[in-house]
Amino acid sequence: MSDFTIWDIVRNLLLATRWTVVLSLAAFVGGGVLGAILLFLRIGKRRLLRNFVKYYVELFQGTPLLMQLFLAFFGLGLFGIDVPAWVAAGAALTLWTAAFLTEIWRGCVESIARGQWEASSSLAMGYVQQMRHVILPQALRVAIPPTVGFLVQVIKGTAVTSIIGFVELSKAGTEVTNATFEPFTVYGIVALIYFAMCWPLSKASQSLERRLNVAHRNQ
Amino acid sequence: MSLIEINEVRKSFGTNEVLKGITIAIEPGEVVAVIGKSGSGKSTLLRCINGLESIDAGSITVAGAQLRPDEAHLRQLRLKVGMIFQQFNLFPHLTAGANVMLSQTVVKKTPKGEAERIARAMLDRVGLAEKFDAYPDQLSGGQQQRTAIARALAMQPIALLCDEITSALDPELVSEVLAVVRGLAADGMTLVMVTHEMKFARDVCNRVVFMHQGRVHEIGPPDKIFAEPATPELQQFLGVQS
Ligand SMILES: Nc1ncnc2c1ncn2[C@@H]1O[C@H](COP(=O)(O)OP(=O)(O)OP(=O)(O)O)[C@@H](O)[C@H]1O
Ligand SMILES: [Mg+2]
Repeated sequence: MSDFTIWDIVRNLLLATRWTVVLSLAAFVGGGVLGAILLFLRIGKRRLLRNFVKYYVELFQGTPLLMQLFLAFFGLGLFGIDVPAWVAAGAALTLWTAAFLTEIWRGCVESIARGQWEASSSLAMGYVQQMRHVILPQALRVAIPPTVGFLVQVIKGTAVTSIIGFVELSKAGTEVTNATFEPFTVYGIVALIYFAMCWPLSKASQSLERRLNVAHRNQ
Repeated sequence: MSLIEINEVRKSFGTNEVLKGITIAIEPGEVVAVIGKSGSGKSTLLRCINGLESIDAGSITVAGAQLRPDEAHLRQLRLKVGMIFQQFNLFPHLTAGANVMLSQTVVKKTPKGEAERIARAMLDRVGLAEKFDAYPDQLSGGQQQRTAIARALAMQPIALLCDEITSALDPELVSEVLAVVRGLAADGMTLVMVTHEMKFARDVCNRVVFMHQGRVHEIGPPDKIFAEPATPELQQFLGVQS
């Protein structure tokens, strides 16, 4: 039927997987940095900034990633700015990741008992010192499992960028299918590759959660 | 001049006026017990003294410096007045030693070696010299509360506020914590304690404040307060207690 061997298919898909990985990492690192900045604004003292971040998060959580991607890709085009697919994909995923991480981390900071704030206040610590030495070290532990878990969402989220023509794993699946006419085999392998990336992370997230729970049973 | 001067202090939560004009003067080295029914405003009063709650009217002066609600003044005040909580509130991610060292190094910028020396001395003072490296969840409730006391002492405060510090403890652990407090009192530390331990209040305190509905209803030496309560409210409160 075709001259493609399974190995050809797998090789092509794996080459495209690199871009899924790169995009995921970029979104995760960029979103993590931006998310951390937004977190401090969100829990900080400035009302205006707090509200700004609150609405930012609601906007990104309340609309499909696909629409955000379209807006980044086509919206800027309206202003005569020609956005390459990889820039639109990276930007949209980064902003989207930042919104979710901010919200996850805010929950973690707020889960730290009020007594921790009061005890550190009564020891004359200032806000930054309390954050740095008392609140964040504890919040960080709480945050690790859901953060790792969210990385899975980011990886799966990158599939959406195939729609604006960014050639990552899903898009490569479509292209290879068009050449081989073997959709089931190809998409089966695509799914397996996604699974191979996401499953270990899910497992890691679960086992981290268990481990940290045990370590903190008396908190 | 008194060490802590509380003058006509008022505090409301929304429409609920919890402190309705409190005036108390506390002398250096004095040990004051604050007693009263649940909801009478005891914790709120203590929390106002070290600025965890802001006051709506009146004034609080500690060692001549008036309490002001800005961050810099609050931190100055808290360097002088330590607080111990019912729930211990140790930092669970740090060892007992690190708990006692943290604010010395972070707030007072004490060098690490010196801070550790002080931490060991303070833990020794509360009878926990060998627990320096233990984490809070490896300590009993009584040991955790004693660590919290050591942590407050390490800041070398001139007064300590204690809010029902034995109420969360199993009965058999109460005495070890009270013994530490007794030692502090004997060493001349100024103490303001909200407590339900009437026997302790009678034995150790110089003065007892009975709070009722946001006011100081009766105040006086323990002999008088416990032996000859003047008001029906105090009589009833003591009757309920014993
Ligand atoms: N943060 C708060 N917000 C609203 N109301 C509060 C707050 N803290 C205390 N109150 C109210 O103030 C009143 C006095 O509370 P407070 O904790 O000072 O009482 P207490 O004498 O310490 O009682 P207990 O013996 O139960 O500890 C109560 O009616 C309580 O509901
Ligand atoms: Mg109370």
